[in-house]
Amino acid sequence: MSAEAQSATGNVVTASDLSLRFDTNDGAVHALSDIDLTIQAGDFVSLIGPSGCGKTTLLRVIADLETPTSGDVQVNGVSPQQARLARAYGYVFQAASLYPWRTIARNVALPLEIMGLDRKERRARVERNLELVNLSGFEKKYPWQLSGGMQQRASIARALAVEPDLLLMDEPFGALDEIVRDHLNEQLLQLWDKTNKTVVFVTHSIPEAVFLSTHIVVMSPRPGRIIDIIESDLPKDRGLDIRETPEFLAIAHRVREGLRQGHSYED
Amino acid sequence: MLTVSAICHSAGFQVTDNGGRVWPVTVVVLAIIAVWYLSAVLLNSPFQKDSYKRQKQTDVSLVTLARDTMSQERPVLPAPHQVAQEIYKTTVQKKITSKRSLIFHSWITLSTALLGFVMGTVLGIVLAVSIIHNRALDKSLMPWIIASQTIPILAIAPMIIVVLNAIGIQGMLPKALISTYLSFFPVAVGMVKGLRSPEVSHIDLMRTYNASSWQTLWKLRLPASMPYLFTSMKIAIAIAMVGAIVGELPTGAVAGLGARLLAGSYYGQTVQIWSALIMASVLAASLVGLVSLANRLVLKRMGSLP
Repeated sequence: MSAEAQSATGNVVTASDLSLRFDTNDGAVHALSDIDLTIQAGDFVSLIGPSGCGKTTLLRVIADLETPTSGDVQVNGVSPQQARLARAYGYVFQAASLYPWRTIARNVALPLEIMGLDRKERRARVERNLELVNLSGFEKKYPWQLSGGMQQRASIARALAVEPDLLLMDEPFGALDEIVRDHLNEQLLQLWDKTNKTVVFVTHSIPEAVFLSTHIVVMSPRPGRIIDIIESDLPKDRGLDIRETPEFLAIAHRVREGLRQGHSYED
Repeated sequence: MLTVSAICHSAGFQVTDNGGRVWPVTVVVLAIIAVWYLSAVLLNSPFQKDSYKRQKQTDVSLVTLARDTMSQERPVLPAPHQVAQEIYKTTVQKKITSKRSLIFHSWITLSTALLGFVMGTVLGIVLAVSIIHNRALDKSLMPWIIASQTIPILAIAPMIIVVLNAIGIQGMLPKALISTYLSFFPVAVGMVKGLRSPEVSHIDLMRTYNASSWQTLWKLRLPASMPYLFTSMKIAIAIAMVGAIVGELPTGAVAGLGARLLAGSYYGQTVQIWSALIMASVLAASLVGLVSLANRLVLKRMGSLP
Protein backbone atom coordinates (compact mmCIF):
# COMPACT_ATOMS: atom_id res chain seq x y z
CA MET A 1 0.00 0.00 0.00
CA SER A 2 2.79 2.40 0.90
CA ALA A 3 4.63 1.52 -2.29
CA GLU A 4 1.53 2.39 -4.26
CA ALA A 5 1.12 5.66 -2.46
CA GLN A 6 4.73 6.45 -3.18
CA SER A 7 4.41 5.66 -6.87
CA ALA A 8 1.28 7.78 -7.02
CA THR A 9 3.40 10.86 -6.40
CA GLY A 10 6.47 9.81 -8.41
CA ASN A 11 7.51 10.57 -11.95
CA VAL A 12 6.26 7.93 -14.36
CA VAL A 13 7.94 9.30 -17.47
CA THR A 14 10.87 11.68 -17.64
CA ALA A 15 12.50 12.76 -20.86
CA SER A 16 15.40 15.18 -20.99
CA ASP A 17 17.16 16.58 -24.02
CA LEU A 18 15.64 13.81 -26.10
CA SER A 19 16.27 13.78 -29.86
CA LEU A 20 15.51 11.24 -32.54
CA ARG A 21 16.74 11.42 -36.09
CA PHE A 22 15.68 9.05 -38.87
CA ASP A 23 18.31 8.66 -41.59
CA THR A 24 16.43 8.24 -44.84
CA ASN A 25 17.59 8.23 -48.45
CA ASP A 26 16.52 11.87 -48.74
CA GLY A 27 18.67 12.85 -45.76
CA ALA A 28 18.07 13.05 -42.03
CA VAL A 29 14.61 13.67 -40.65
CA HIS A 30 14.51 15.24 -37.19
CA ALA A 31 11.48 13.50 -35.78
CA LEU A 32 12.13 14.73 -32.23
CA SER A 33 14.35 17.56 -31.07
CA ASP A 34 15.31 18.57 -27.50
CA ILE A 35 12.26 17.12 -25.81
CA ASP A 36 12.00 17.78 -22.07
CA LEU A 37 8.93 16.29 -20.45
CA THR A 38 7.90 14.99 -17.06
CA ILE A 39 4.75 12.98 -16.55
CA GLN A 40 3.62 12.30 -13.01
CA ALA A 41 1.60 9.40 -11.71
CA GLY A 42 -2.12 9.88 -12.21
CA ASP A 43 -1.69 12.50 -14.96
CA PHE A 44 -3.68 12.40 -18.15
CA VAL A 45 -1.28 13.89 -20.68
CA SER A 46 -2.27 14.62 -24.27
CA LEU A 47 0.30 15.09 -27.01
CA ILE A 48 -1.25 17.30 -29.69
CA GLY A 49 0.11 18.66 -32.93
CA PRO A 50 -0.13 18.42 -36.72
CA SER A 51 0.95 15.33 -38.65
CA GLY A 52 4.70 14.86 -38.62
CA CYS A 53 5.29 16.68 -35.34
CA GLY A 54 6.62 13.50 -33.74
CA LYS A 55 3.83 12.94 -31.22
CA THR A 56 3.44 9.29 -32.16
CA THR A 57 7.22 8.90 -32.31
CA LEU A 58 7.50 10.27 -28.76
CA LEU A 59 4.89 7.76 -27.59
CA ARG A 60 6.76 4.96 -29.36
CA VAL A 61 10.02 6.04 -27.69
CA ILE A 62 8.32 5.77 -24.29
CA ALA A 63 7.08 2.30 -25.32
CA ASP A 64 10.55 1.25 -26.53
CA LEU A 65 9.23 0.76 -30.04
CA GLU A 66 11.74 3.42 -31.25
CA THR A 67 15.21 4.15 -29.91
CA PRO A 68 16.18 7.81 -29.43
CA THR A 69 19.37 9.12 -31.07
CA SER A 70 20.40 11.11 -28.01
CA GLY A 71 19.10 12.23 -24.64
CA ASP A 72 17.65 10.33 -21.76
CA VAL A 73 14.23 8.72 -21.18
CA GLN A 74 13.08 6.92 -18.09
CA VAL A 75 9.85 5.06 -17.48
CA ASN A 76 9.13 4.22 -13.84
CA GLY A 77 12.75 5.16 -13.08
CA VAL A 78 14.24 2.62 -15.50
CA SER A 79 15.00 2.58 -19.22
CA PRO A 80 12.06 2.13 -21.62
CA GLN A 81 13.45 -1.27 -22.58
CA GLN A 82 13.47 -2.49 -18.99
CA ALA A 83 9.98 -1.07 -18.56
CA ARG A 84 8.79 -2.92 -21.66
CA LEU A 85 10.38 -6.17 -20.51
CA ALA A 86 8.58 -5.71 -17.19
CA ARG A 87 5.32 -5.07 -19.11
CA ALA A 88 4.92 -1.75 -17.36
CA TYR A 89 2.52 -0.22 -19.86
CA GLY A 90 -0.45 -1.03 -22.04
CA TYR A 91 -0.41 0.28 -25.60
CA VAL A 92 -3.51 1.12 -27.64
CA PHE A 93 -2.93 1.56 -31.36
CA GLN A 94 -4.71 3.84 -33.80
CA ALA A 95 -6.39 0.82 -35.39
CA ALA A 96 -7.93 -1.59 -32.90
CA SER A 97 -5.41 -4.21 -34.10
CA LEU A 98 -7.45 -7.14 -32.85
CA TYR A 99 -6.40 -10.50 -34.25
CA PRO A 100 -9.22 -11.44 -36.63
CA TRP A 101 -9.00 -15.18 -35.90
CA ARG A 102 -9.52 -14.70 -32.16
CA THR A 103 -12.80 -13.98 -30.43
CA ILE A 104 -13.05 -10.81 -28.35
CA ALA A 105 -12.40 -12.76 -25.14
CA ARG A 106 -9.38 -14.51 -26.61
CA ASN A 107 -8.05 -11.20 -27.96
CA VAL A 108 -8.18 -9.73 -24.48
CA ALA A 109 -6.57 -12.92 -23.15
CA LEU A 110 -3.69 -12.72 -25.66
CA PRO A 111 -1.25 -10.75 -23.49
CA LEU A 112 -2.24 -12.90 -20.50
CA GLU A 113 -1.35 -16.09 -22.40
CA ILE A 114 2.02 -14.59 -23.24
CA MET A 115 2.57 -13.64 -19.61
CA GLY A 116 1.89 -17.28 -18.73
CA LEU A 117 -1.07 -16.69 -16.44
CA ASP A 118 -3.20 -19.71 -15.65
CA ARG A 119 -6.62 -20.23 -17.17
CA LYS A 120 -8.56 -19.18 -14.11
CA GLU A 121 -6.71 -15.89 -13.71
CA ARG A 122 -7.02 -15.21 -17.45
CA ARG A 123 -10.77 -15.76 -17.37
CA ALA A 124 -11.19 -13.50 -14.35
CA ARG A 125 -9.19 -10.68 -15.91
CA VAL A 126 -10.95 -10.96 -19.27
CA GLU A 127 -14.33 -10.78 -17.58
CA ARG A 128 -13.34 -7.86 -15.36
CA ASN A 129 -11.84 -5.75 -18.13
CA LEU A 130 -14.57 -6.40 -20.69
CA GLU A 131 -17.04 -5.27 -18.05
CA LEU A 132 -14.95 -2.14 -17.48
CA VAL A 133 -15.35 -1.13 -21.14
CA ASN A 134 -19.03 -2.23 -21.26
CA LEU A 135 -18.45 -5.20 -23.55
CA SER A 136 -19.81 -7.97 -21.34
CA GLY A 137 -21.75 -10.43 -23.48
CA PHE A 138 -19.54 -9.98 -26.53
CA GLU A 139 -16.90 -12.52 -25.43
CA LYS A 140 -17.66 -15.03 -28.17
CA LYS A 141 -17.97 -12.52 -31.03
CA TYR A 142 -15.27 -12.10 -33.63
CA PRO A 143 -13.85 -8.61 -34.27
CA TRP A 144 -15.63 -8.17 -37.62
CA GLN A 145 -18.96 -8.66 -35.85
CA LEU A 146 -18.36 -5.49 -33.77
CA SER A 147 -18.59 -1.82 -34.73
CA GLY A 148 -15.42 0.28 -34.93
CA GLY A 149 -16.07 1.86 -31.55
CA MET A 150 -16.65 -1.50 -29.89
CA GLN A 151 -13.48 -2.89 -31.45
CA GLN A 152 -11.48 0.00 -30.04
CA ARG A 153 -13.05 -0.56 -26.60
CA ALA A 154 -12.02 -4.22 -26.82
CA SER A 155 -8.47 -3.14 -27.62
CA ILE A 156 -8.52 -0.86 -24.54
CA ALA A 157 -9.70 -3.82 -22.44
CA ARG A 158 -6.80 -5.83 -23.87
CA ALA A 159 -4.34 -3.11 -22.83
CA LEU A 160 -5.91 -2.88 -19.36
CA ALA A 161 -5.83 -6.67 -18.87
CA VAL A 162 -2.05 -6.50 -18.40
CA GLU A 163 -2.91 -4.29 -15.39
CA PRO A 164 -0.29 -1.66 -16.11
CA ASP A 165 -0.10 1.65 -14.25
CA LEU A 166 0.66 3.42 -17.50
CA LEU A 167 -1.59 3.50 -20.55
CA LEU A 168 -0.14 4.72 -23.87
CA MET A 169 -2.79 5.58 -26.46
CA ASP A 170 -1.97 6.51 -30.05
CA GLU A 171 -4.96 8.35 -31.56
CA PRO A 172 -7.24 5.52 -30.47
CA PHE A 173 -10.43 7.27 -31.59
CA GLY A 174 -8.99 8.92 -34.70
CA ALA A 175 -10.84 6.70 -37.15
CA LEU A 176 -14.23 6.94 -35.44
CA ASP A 177 -17.06 9.36 -36.14
CA GLU A 178 -17.58 12.30 -33.81
CA ILE A 179 -20.63 10.97 -31.98
CA VAL A 180 -18.92 7.69 -31.10
CA ARG A 181 -15.75 9.57 -30.25
CA ASP A 182 -17.57 11.87 -27.77
CA HIS A 183 -19.13 8.86 -26.14
CA LEU A 184 -15.82 7.01 -25.83
CA ASN A 185 -14.08 10.15 -24.52
CA GLU A 186 -16.60 10.30 -21.69
CA GLN A 187 -16.15 6.59 -20.95
CA LEU A 188 -12.38 6.88 -21.05
CA LEU A 189 -12.48 9.72 -18.55
CA GLN A 190 -14.62 7.66 -16.18
CA LEU A 191 -12.28 4.72 -16.65
CA TRP A 192 -9.27 6.88 -15.83
CA ASP A 193 -11.05 8.22 -12.77
CA LYS A 194 -11.93 4.69 -11.61
CA THR A 195 -8.55 3.07 -12.21
CA ASN A 196 -6.15 5.88 -11.26
CA LYS A 197 -3.87 5.12 -14.18
CA THR A 198 -1.42 7.44 -15.84
CA VAL A 199 -2.41 8.04 -19.45
CA VAL A 200 -0.37 9.43 -22.35
CA PHE A 201 -2.75 10.17 -25.21
CA VAL A 202 -1.84 11.21 -28.75
CA THR A 203 -4.46 13.17 -30.67
CA HIS A 204 -4.86 15.91 -33.25
CA SER A 205 -8.24 17.04 -31.99
CA ILE A 206 -8.19 20.14 -29.78
CA PRO A 207 -11.57 19.49 -28.06
CA GLU A 208 -10.56 15.90 -27.34
CA ALA A 209 -7.23 16.96 -25.82
CA VAL A 210 -8.76 19.70 -23.66
CA PHE A 211 -11.68 17.56 -22.55
CA LEU A 212 -9.57 14.60 -21.45
CA SER A 213 -6.33 15.99 -20.13
CA THR A 214 -4.74 17.31 -17.00
CA HIS A 215 -1.77 18.39 -19.11
CA ILE A 216 -1.74 19.25 -22.82
CA VAL A 217 1.61 19.08 -24.61
CA VAL A 218 1.52 21.16 -27.81
CA MET A 219 4.03 20.03 -30.42
CA SER A 220 5.16 21.35 -33.81
CA PRO A 221 6.84 19.69 -36.78
CA ARG A 222 10.23 19.87 -38.54
CA PRO A 223 11.94 19.39 -36.16
CA GLY A 224 9.39 17.78 -33.81
CA ARG A 225 9.52 19.79 -30.60
CA ILE A 226 7.40 20.93 -27.67
CA ILE A 227 5.92 24.43 -28.06
CA ASP A 228 3.87 24.67 -24.89
CA ILE A 229 2.73 22.56 -21.94
CA ILE A 230 -0.67 23.63 -20.66
CA GLU A 231 -1.94 22.56 -17.27
CA SER A 232 -5.68 22.25 -17.18
CA ASP A 233 -7.59 23.18 -14.02
CA LEU A 234 -10.89 21.77 -15.16
CA PRO A 235 -12.56 19.65 -12.48
CA LYS A 236 -11.76 15.96 -12.60
CA ASP A 237 -15.42 15.07 -12.69
CA ARG A 238 -16.49 16.62 -15.99
CA GLY A 239 -19.24 15.97 -18.52
CA LEU A 240 -19.33 16.68 -22.23
CA ASP A 241 -21.20 19.99 -21.67
CA ILE A 242 -18.10 21.42 -20.01
CA ARG A 243 -16.98 22.11 -23.57
CA GLU A 244 -19.34 25.12 -23.69
CA THR A 245 -17.82 26.81 -20.61
CA PRO A 246 -15.47 29.84 -20.82
CA GLU A 247 -12.74 27.95 -18.89
CA PHE A 248 -12.74 25.17 -21.46
CA LEU A 249 -12.73 27.61 -24.38
CA ALA A 250 -9.85 29.56 -22.82
CA ILE A 251 -7.68 26.44 -22.66
CA ALA A 252 -8.71 25.44 -26.20
CA HIS A 253 -7.74 28.93 -27.36
CA ARG A 254 -4.31 28.62 -25.79
CA VAL A 255 -3.79 25.23 -27.49
CA ARG A 256 -4.82 26.71 -30.82
CA GLU A 257 -2.43 29.65 -30.33
CA GLY A 258 0.39 27.21 -29.64
CA LEU A 259 -0.38 25.18 -32.74
CA ARG A 260 -0.50 28.37 -34.84
CA GLN A 261 2.84 29.53 -33.42
CA GLY A 262 4.39 26.23 -34.44
CA HIS A 263 3.10 26.60 -37.96
CA SER A 264 3.81 30.31 -38.54
CA TYR A 265 7.32 29.94 -39.99
CA GLU A 266 6.16 27.48 -42.59
CA ASP A 267 4.26 29.66 -45.08
CA MET B 1 -30.51 -38.08 -62.57
CA LEU B 2 -30.62 -36.11 -59.41
CA THR B 3 -27.64 -33.97 -60.38
CA VAL B 4 -29.04 -33.32 -63.84
CA SER B 5 -32.32 -32.08 -62.44
CA ALA B 6 -30.42 -30.02 -59.90
CA ILE B 7 -28.41 -28.39 -62.67
CA CYS B 8 -31.53 -27.65 -64.72
CA HIS B 9 -33.29 -26.33 -61.68
CA SER B 10 -30.57 -23.97 -60.59
CA ALA B 11 -29.70 -22.85 -64.09
CA GLY B 12 -33.25 -22.42 -65.24
CA PHE B 13 -35.14 -20.96 -62.34
CA GLN B 14 -32.78 -19.44 -59.83
CA VAL B 15 -29.53 -17.59 -60.03
CA THR B 16 -27.73 -19.17 -57.10
CA ASP B 17 -24.00 -19.37 -56.44
CA ASN B 18 -24.06 -22.95 -57.54
CA GLY B 19 -26.13 -22.35 -60.63
CA GLY B 20 -23.75 -19.59 -61.62
CA ARG B 21 -20.83 -22.02 -61.56
CA VAL B 22 -22.29 -25.33 -62.68
CA TRP B 23 -23.65 -24.00 -65.94
CA PRO B 24 -20.40 -22.53 -67.39
CA VAL B 25 -18.49 -25.63 -66.32
CA THR B 26 -20.99 -27.90 -68.07
CA VAL B 27 -20.78 -25.84 -71.26
CA VAL B 28 -16.97 -26.00 -71.26
CA VAL B 29 -16.96 -29.77 -70.66
CA LEU B 30 -19.44 -30.33 -73.51
CA ALA B 31 -17.33 -28.12 -75.80
CA ILE B 32 -14.16 -30.06 -74.96
CA ILE B 33 -15.87 -33.39 -75.64
CA ALA B 34 -17.20 -32.10 -78.99
CA VAL B 35 -13.75 -30.87 -80.06
CA TRP B 36 -12.26 -34.17 -78.87
CA TYR B 37 -14.65 -36.26 -81.03
CA LEU B 38 -14.02 -34.05 -84.04
CA SER B 39 -10.25 -34.29 -83.60
CA ALA B 40 -10.46 -38.06 -83.16
CA VAL B 41 -12.24 -38.41 -86.51
CA LEU B 42 -9.80 -36.10 -88.31
CA LEU B 43 -6.63 -37.58 -86.78
CA ASN B 44 -7.63 -41.23 -87.16
CA SER B 45 -9.09 -41.04 -90.68
CA PRO B 46 -5.77 -41.21 -92.66
CA PHE B 47 -5.02 -44.62 -91.13
CA GLN B 48 -8.60 -45.71 -91.70
CA LYS B 49 -8.51 -44.64 -95.37
CA ASP B 50 -5.25 -46.55 -95.84
CA SER B 51 -6.76 -49.68 -94.43
CA TYR B 52 -9.82 -49.31 -96.71
CA LYS B 53 -7.40 -49.00 -99.63
CA ARG B 54 -5.53 -52.13 -98.59
CA GLN B 55 -8.75 -54.06 -98.27
CA LYS B 56 -9.80 -52.67 -101.65
CA GLN B 57 -12.93 -51.22 -100.14
CA THR B 58 -14.31 -48.31 -102.11
CA ASP B 59 -17.21 -45.90 -101.73
CA VAL B 60 -17.23 -46.04 -97.95
CA SER B 61 -19.76 -43.55 -96.64
CA LEU B 62 -18.67 -40.70 -94.36
CA VAL B 63 -20.78 -42.07 -91.54
CA THR B 64 -19.04 -45.43 -91.71
CA LEU B 65 -15.66 -43.72 -91.86
CA ALA B 66 -16.49 -41.65 -88.79
CA ARG B 67 -17.70 -44.71 -86.91
CA ASP B 68 -14.65 -46.75 -87.85
CA THR B 69 -12.24 -44.00 -86.75
CA MET B 70 -13.71 -44.33 -83.26
CA SER B 71 -13.26 -48.06 -82.92
CA GLN B 72 -9.62 -48.52 -83.88
CA GLU B 73 -7.46 -50.63 -81.61
CA ARG B 74 -4.53 -48.19 -81.57
CA PRO B 75 -5.91 -44.85 -82.66
CA VAL B 76 -3.78 -41.72 -82.85
CA LEU B 77 -6.38 -40.11 -80.63
CA PRO B 78 -8.90 -42.41 -78.97
CA ALA B 79 -12.47 -41.15 -78.77
CA PRO B 80 -13.82 -40.18 -75.32
CA HIS B 81 -16.12 -43.19 -75.10
CA GLN B 82 -13.19 -45.56 -75.84
CA VAL B 83 -11.28 -44.04 -72.94
CA ALA B 84 -14.38 -44.22 -70.76
CA GLN B 85 -14.85 -47.90 -71.62
CA GLU B 86 -11.20 -48.63 -70.87
CA ILE B 87 -11.44 -46.86 -67.51
CA TYR B 88 -14.63 -48.74 -66.69
CA LYS B 89 -13.04 -52.06 -67.64
CA THR B 90 -9.89 -51.46 -65.61
CA THR B 91 -11.56 -50.06 -62.51
CA VAL B 92 -14.98 -51.60 -61.95
CA GLN B 93 -14.45 -54.89 -63.75
CA LYS B 94 -11.01 -55.72 -62.33
CA LYS B 95 -10.08 -56.78 -58.83
CA ILE B 96 -8.23 -54.03 -56.99
CA THR B 97 -5.30 -56.36 -56.37
CA SER B 98 -4.95 -57.16 -60.09
CA LYS B 99 -1.96 -55.73 -61.94
CA ARG B 100 -4.43 -54.69 -64.62
CA SER B 101 -6.56 -52.65 -62.27
CA LEU B 102 -6.24 -48.91 -62.77
CA ILE B 103 -7.23 -48.42 -59.14
CA PHE B 104 -4.24 -50.50 -58.07
CA HIS B 105 -1.91 -48.33 -60.16
CA SER B 106 -3.62 -45.13 -59.08
CA TRP B 107 -3.17 -46.03 -55.44
CA ILE B 108 0.58 -46.62 -55.94
CA THR B 109 0.96 -43.18 -57.49
CA LEU B 110 -1.46 -41.49 -55.11
CA SER B 111 0.27 -42.82 -51.98
CA THR B 112 3.66 -41.77 -53.34
CA ALA B 113 2.34 -38.30 -54.18
CA LEU B 114 0.72 -37.90 -50.75
CA LEU B 115 3.90 -38.92 -48.93
CA GLY B 116 5.92 -36.52 -51.09
CA PHE B 117 3.37 -33.75 -50.57
CA VAL B 118 3.40 -34.13 -46.77
CA MET B 119 7.22 -34.12 -46.69
CA GLY B 120 7.33 -31.18 -49.12
CA THR B 121 4.83 -29.15 -47.09
CA VAL B 122 6.71 -29.77 -43.84
CA LEU B 123 10.03 -28.94 -45.51
CA GLY B 124 8.55 -25.79 -47.06
CA ILE B 125 7.18 -24.59 -43.71
CA VAL B 126 10.45 -25.34 -41.89
CA LEU B 127 12.44 -23.47 -44.55
CA ALA B 128 10.06 -20.48 -44.44
CA VAL B 129 10.20 -20.30 -40.63
CA SER B 130 14.02 -20.42 -40.70
CA ILE B 131 14.18 -17.79 -43.41
CA ILE B 132 12.03 -15.23 -41.62
CA HIS B 133 13.92 -15.69 -38.35
CA ASN B 134 17.39 -15.43 -39.77
CA ARG B 135 18.63 -12.70 -42.12
CA ALA B 136 21.64 -14.77 -43.19
CA LEU B 137 19.42 -17.69 -44.18
CA ASP B 138 17.12 -15.30 -46.04
CA LYS B 139 20.08 -14.10 -48.13
CA SER B 140 21.75 -17.49 -48.59
CA LEU B 141 18.88 -19.94 -48.85
CA MET B 142 16.36 -18.15 -51.06
CA PRO B 143 18.51 -18.08 -54.24
CA TRP B 144 19.11 -21.83 -53.91
CA ILE B 145 15.45 -22.54 -53.39
CA ILE B 146 14.67 -20.68 -56.60
CA ALA B 147 17.60 -22.26 -58.45
CA SER B 148 16.38 -25.72 -57.47
CA GLN B 149 13.25 -25.19 -59.55
CA THR B 150 15.11 -24.08 -62.68
CA ILE B 151 16.50 -27.60 -63.17
CA PRO B 152 14.13 -29.64 -65.36
CA ILE B 153 12.62 -32.34 -63.17
CA LEU B 154 12.91 -34.85 -66.03
CA ALA B 155 16.68 -34.39 -65.91
CA ILE B 156 17.11 -34.65 -62.17
CA ALA B 157 14.56 -37.38 -61.41
CA PRO B 158 16.69 -40.27 -62.81
CA MET B 159 19.73 -38.95 -60.89
CA ILE B 160 17.80 -38.97 -57.61
CA ILE B 161 16.59 -42.53 -58.26
CA VAL B 162 20.08 -43.77 -59.24
CA VAL B 163 21.90 -42.07 -56.36
CA LEU B 164 19.40 -43.28 -53.75
CA ASN B 165 19.43 -46.75 -55.25
CA ALA B 166 23.23 -46.81 -54.86
CA ILE B 167 22.88 -46.24 -51.11
CA GLY B 168 20.19 -48.86 -50.85
CA ILE B 169 17.07 -46.72 -50.76
CA GLN B 170 14.46 -48.16 -53.09
CA GLY B 171 10.75 -48.39 -53.60
CA MET B 172 8.34 -45.63 -52.70
CA LEU B 173 10.68 -43.20 -50.96
CA PRO B 174 12.86 -42.12 -53.93
CA LYS B 175 9.73 -41.42 -55.99
CA ALA B 176 8.15 -39.53 -53.10
CA LEU B 177 11.31 -37.45 -52.81
CA ILE B 178 10.81 -36.23 -56.36
CA SER B 179 7.32 -35.10 -55.37
CA THR B 180 8.87 -33.43 -52.33
CA TYR B 181 11.43 -31.72 -54.55
CA LEU B 182 8.64 -30.15 -56.58
CA SER B 183 6.10 -29.45 -53.87
CA PHE B 184 8.27 -27.82 -51.19
CA PHE B 185 8.85 -24.82 -53.44
CA PRO B 186 5.40 -23.20 -53.58
CA VAL B 187 4.96 -23.86 -49.85
CA ALA B 188 8.30 -22.26 -48.94
CA VAL B 189 7.70 -19.19 -51.10
CA GLY B 190 4.05 -18.81 -50.05
CA MET B 191 4.82 -19.27 -46.36
CA VAL B 192 7.65 -16.72 -46.38
CA LYS B 193 5.10 -14.23 -47.68
CA GLY B 194 2.42 -15.47 -45.29
CA LEU B 195 4.60 -15.38 -42.18
CA ARG B 196 5.54 -11.80 -43.09
CA SER B 197 1.93 -10.81 -43.76
CA PRO B 198 0.87 -9.53 -40.27
CA GLU B 199 0.35 -5.79 -40.01
CA VAL B 200 3.04 -3.71 -38.33
CA SER B 201 0.76 -2.89 -35.40
CA HIS B 202 0.06 -6.60 -34.83
CA ILE B 203 3.80 -7.25 -34.58
CA ASP B 204 4.38 -4.13 -32.43
CA LEU B 205 1.68 -5.41 -30.10
CA MET B 206 3.65 -8.63 -29.52
CA ARG B 207 6.71 -6.48 -28.81
CA THR B 208 4.89 -4.47 -26.17
CA TYR B 209 3.99 -7.78 -24.48
CA ASN B 210 7.64 -8.81 -24.53
CA ALA B 211 6.65 -11.95 -26.45
CA SER B 212 9.37 -14.38 -27.53
CA SER B 213 9.83 -15.09 -31.23
CA TRP B 214 8.25 -18.51 -30.71
CA GLN B 215 5.19 -16.92 -29.13
CA THR B 216 4.99 -14.41 -31.98
CA LEU B 217 5.32 -17.26 -34.49
CA TRP B 218 2.74 -19.42 -32.82
CA LYS B 219 0.15 -16.84 -31.88
CA LEU B 220 0.52 -14.34 -34.73
CA ARG B 221 2.59 -15.34 -37.75
CA LEU B 222 1.29 -18.88 -38.25
CA PRO B 223 -2.43 -18.07 -37.90
CA ALA B 224 -1.95 -15.05 -40.18
CA SER B 225 -0.28 -17.23 -42.81
CA MET B 226 -3.07 -19.83 -43.10
CA PRO B 227 -4.64 -18.42 -46.31
CA TYR B 228 -1.18 -18.37 -47.92
CA LEU B 229 -0.47 -21.93 -46.75
CA PHE B 230 -3.62 -23.33 -48.31
CA THR B 231 -3.08 -21.51 -51.60
CA SER B 232 0.45 -22.92 -51.73
CA MET B 233 -0.75 -26.41 -50.78
CA LYS B 234 -3.23 -26.42 -53.67
CA ILE B 235 -0.34 -25.93 -56.10
CA ALA B 236 1.92 -28.30 -54.16
CA ILE B 237 -0.47 -31.24 -54.14
CA ALA B 238 -1.09 -30.97 -57.89
CA ILE B 239 2.61 -30.95 -58.74
CA ALA B 240 3.26 -33.71 -56.20
CA MET B 241 1.10 -35.91 -58.48
CA VAL B 242 3.23 -34.85 -61.46
CA GLY B 243 6.39 -35.61 -59.48
CA ALA B 244 5.18 -39.09 -58.52
CA ILE B 245 4.36 -39.93 -62.15
CA VAL B 246 7.67 -38.55 -63.41
CA GLY B 247 9.42 -40.52 -60.67
CA GLU B 248 7.92 -43.74 -61.99
CA LEU B 249 9.21 -43.24 -65.53
CA PRO B 250 13.00 -43.65 -65.16
CA THR B 251 12.77 -46.53 -62.72
CA GLY B 252 11.02 -48.67 -65.28
CA ALA B 253 8.51 -49.15 -62.56
CA VAL B 254 6.03 -51.96 -63.01
CA ALA B 255 3.29 -50.27 -61.04
CA GLY B 256 1.78 -46.83 -60.91
CA LEU B 257 0.14 -44.46 -63.39
CA GLY B 258 3.60 -43.53 -64.73
CA ALA B 259 4.30 -47.19 -65.41
CA ARG B 260 0.98 -47.45 -67.26
CA LEU B 261 1.94 -44.42 -69.39
CA LEU B 262 5.33 -45.95 -70.15
CA ALA B 263 3.99 -49.41 -70.96
CA GLY B 264 1.27 -47.84 -73.07
CA SER B 265 3.78 -45.90 -75.12
CA TYR B 266 6.04 -48.97 -75.60
CA TYR B 267 3.20 -50.97 -77.11
CA GLY B 268 1.37 -48.11 -78.76
CA GLN B 269 -1.62 -48.59 -76.45
CA THR B 270 -2.97 -45.08 -76.79
CA VAL B 271 -6.26 -45.95 -75.13
CA GLN B 272 -4.34 -47.13 -72.07
CA ILE B 273 -2.21 -43.95 -72.06
CA TRP B 274 -5.24 -41.72 -72.23
CA SER B 275 -7.12 -43.55 -69.52
CA ALA B 276 -4.08 -43.26 -67.22
CA LEU B 277 -3.85 -39.55 -68.08
CA ILE B 278 -7.51 -38.95 -67.35
CA MET B 279 -7.22 -40.91 -64.10
CA ALA B 280 -4.19 -38.82 -63.06
CA SER B 281 -5.94 -35.54 -63.74
CA VAL B 282 -9.13 -36.65 -61.97
CA LEU B 283 -7.03 -37.64 -58.95
CA ALA B 284 -5.11 -34.34 -58.98
CA ALA B 285 -8.32 -32.34 -59.29
CA SER B 286 -9.90 -34.27 -56.39
CA LEU B 287 -6.82 -33.64 -54.23
CA VAL B 288 -6.94 -29.91 -54.98
CA GLY B 289 -10.64 -30.03 -54.12
CA LEU B 290 -9.86 -31.70 -50.80
CA VAL B 291 -7.31 -29.00 -49.94
CA SER B 292 -9.89 -26.33 -50.83
CA LEU B 293 -12.38 -28.01 -48.54
CA ALA B 294 -9.84 -28.15 -45.70
CA ASN B 295 -9.10 -24.49 -46.38
CA ARG B 296 -12.76 -23.52 -46.01
CA LEU B 297 -13.19 -25.56 -42.82
CA VAL B 298 -10.06 -24.15 -41.18
CA LEU B 299 -10.85 -20.54 -42.07
CA LYS B 300 -14.40 -21.01 -40.83
CA ARG B 301 -13.06 -22.29 -37.52
CA MET B 302 -10.82 -19.24 -37.41
CA GLY B 303 -13.91 -17.04 -37.50
CA SER B 304 -13.48 -15.53 -40.94
CA LEU B 305 -16.33 -13.71 -42.66
CA PRO B 306 -18.89 -16.16 -44.04
